[in-house]
Amino acid sequence: MITINGEQFDLQEIKLSDYLKAKSFMTERIAIELNGEILPKTKYNETILKDGDEAEVVSFVGGG
Amino acid sequence: MEIKLNGNTTNFKGETLFDLCRNFGFKEDETTVKIINGFQVSENTALKVKDEIVLIKKGEYPNEQEFECMLSARHTPKVYEKVKKSRVAVAGLGGLGSNIAINLARTGVGTLHLIDYDVVEPSNLNRQQYLIKHLGMEKTKALKEQIHDINPYVKVIVHNEKITEENCLRIFKDDFIICEAFDNPESKAMLVNKLLEKRKDVYIIASSGMAGYFSSNSIKTKKITDRFYVCGDMENSAKQGMGLMAPRVSVCAGHQSNMALRIILSEYES
Repeated sequence: MITINGEQFDLQEIKLSDYLKAKSFMTERIAIELNGEILPKTKYNETILKDGDEAEVVSFVGGG
Repeated sequence: MEIKLNGNTTNFKGETLFDLCRNFGFKEDETTVKIINGFQVSENTALKVKDEIVLIKKGEYPNEQEFECMLSARHTPKVYEKVKKSRVAVAGLGGLGSNIAINLARTGVGTLHLIDYDVVEPSNLNRQQYLIKHLGMEKTKALKEQIHDINPYVKVIVHNEKITEENCLRIFKDDFIICEAFDNPESKAMLVNKLLEKRKDVYIIASSGMAGYFSSNSIKTKKITDRFYVCGDMENSAKQGMGLMAPRVSVCAGHQSNMALRIILSEYES
């Protein structure tokens, strides 16, 4: 099971970039937590989520 | 009995609050503000050794020595000492940042590091902690002035520059608790990513989603990692037809400043 933003996927692998594209995230406006750590932006393209991984994509909206 | 009166350790003959008032020339009635261990009382109360008591004659300007003690009289003893030693950085001094800074100044945070590159303009006054007299003034300077008028014992360090990917590590090199209070979503993401990638020793309290007049209760503090918190409703951006308004912006700033205070006091849950 792979969990992203609370949603569970019964898959062995998910390519992070595919997920971000499918959910229409704008990579310039997000921060990603993977298993408790911040994932560096340079690793977005190469990262493949595996069974047991938990990720949170924080998407920033404007206003302050 | 040995107690602390207006910051000074003092011995007095008596048992009660009103005994203390009489001993030191304060009236027992409502013309004297009476605070015991951070809590204001009006009725006579038995005192205990080591109680911290502040007595203030209403309307009188205290001498400088007693002033700081009176400003902090409503803070909980022990808590205040930790808060006083702490330092918090605020990145961006708009609706969120100006409110966060003033909340923390009123709380007695010893050092505030305030960063913004902009000047105060009329459209800021609907939600930001500035006054007509500040129009055209650098926000850093205006807010420093505001804070000085609230609590002159807060040390305010300002940086009047635009925070970028290139300079943010330098600007925040002495900071360990940082409130992200930008307007622009790309800037928010940039600062959070850069600092959390390069610094393993900082806490970041960011913000996302506080426009409009949706329910206050949709604004939350969310803990993302051990060092990263986000406050807001996570969805309502400022855009045409949905502006930023003082109530929800200050609710979000309240969340951020309270999370900063909690971290200072070693409470790490959101």
